[in-house]
Amino acid sequence: MRTDNLIATLSADVAPVNPRSVERRFVYALLGAACGALVLLLPIYGVRADLPALMMQPIFWVKVAFPLTLACAAMVATARLSRPGAALGRVWTGFAAPVALASSAALAVLWLAPQEARLALLMGHTWRTCSLNIALLSVPGLVAILAAVRSLAPTRLPLAGATAGLLAGAVGALAYCLRCPETSMPFWATWYLLGMAIPAVVGALLGRLVLRW
Amino acid sequence: MTRSTETADVNPVEERLRTLFLGALDGDSAAYRLFLQELATHVRAFLRRRLPNLQDDSEDIVQEVLLAIHRGRHTYRRDEPLTAWVHAIARYKMVDFLRAHARREALNDPLDDVHDLLAEPSIEPAEARRDLGKLLDQLPERQKLPILHVKIEGLSVEEAARLTGLSEPAVKIGVHRGLKALALKIRGGRT
Repeated sequence: MRTDNLIATLSADVAPVNPRSVERRFVYALLGAACGALVLLLPIYGVRADLPALMMQPIFWVKVAFPLTLACAAMVATARLSRPGAALGRVWTGFAAPVALASSAALAVLWLAPQEARLALLMGHTWRTCSLNIALLSVPGLVAILAAVRSLAPTRLPLAGATAGLLAGAVGALAYCLRCPETSMPFWATWYLLGMAIPAVVGALLGRLVLRW
Repeated sequence: MTRSTETADVNPVEERLRTLFLGALDGDSAAYRLFLQELATHVRAFLRRRLPNLQDDSEDIVQEVLLAIHRGRHTYRRDEPLTAWVHAIARYKMVDFLRAHARREALNDPLDDVHDLLAEPSIEPAEARRDLGKLLDQLPERQKLPILHVKIEGLSVEEAARLTGLSEPAVKIGVHRGLKALALKIRGGRT
């Protein structure tokens, strides 16, 4: 077809664009991610019986803050990567700061603990399953968020896939906080991070394949 | 408007295109048409400078870029420079094309060697495409566009429906009937 014909076709009754359509897509994707994670969490793992008591402890909220801050940074980065030509700016500090804070605090805890208690602090009771559980809970979010990104216009596909995956992983980790029996900082600084990294890596690998438009 | 006179880096073309595009985002189809026409000339020049060896394909990429801008127009934020947005899309589509092209070339290499012995290879593909274009132009729009989007550009039926404004069944029917009509035309032309 000639380019003129294409232009005529494209411009024939073009609908007005909702200026908030990008935000709306991400809100839906995040709702889908959260609902999907809860739908998986409740029948498979259930919620801890002592959750109300646990929520009184500051350490619980410190643990929640870790995936929450990463989720915010990943949301900002994913939104920017979904728009052509948008600069990433200093969004990397949003990833680096929580990881650096959590790891240094975890190292300090390990350093101060008596030698024989260190392994238990790091491995807890559930280290075998924790990361995999978080990765499983992030699957619905990964699908919903990748679909949202694809409906926009990403131009750096592996990177956009990685931040979308990290966002899904962070939502999964948040949901997993409702069930996770561990409160030791070295434990979650390690295994939560690994759990969130799994969907991020999957997203980066899938990026070029599923985000292409 | 003092901004554009004071700062030397605000390009008048950017200003003009941006005004047209903002009109298009509000549903002004005449502004959108002007925008696409003017943009196509810039994209064409951009591609010719960067891909001097692919002059035959550059018009295909121009159309890819225009389609991509259409499909992604909701991702433009009204307060950001239009040039950066368009440039990122054009570069993405150019790289995407080159990547697909390289893959296709790699697959076809042994075959092309055989053809080299038999025919003038540089003329053949261009003519084949032009002939297809000529045949397609004979079809009514409701068959031509579905074939173009679905069969030539490889879009999904849903995307083609969105682009053309036809319903999804209409796109499928258009492809089906259009291909049938094309086959008839080709057979009729040959015998």
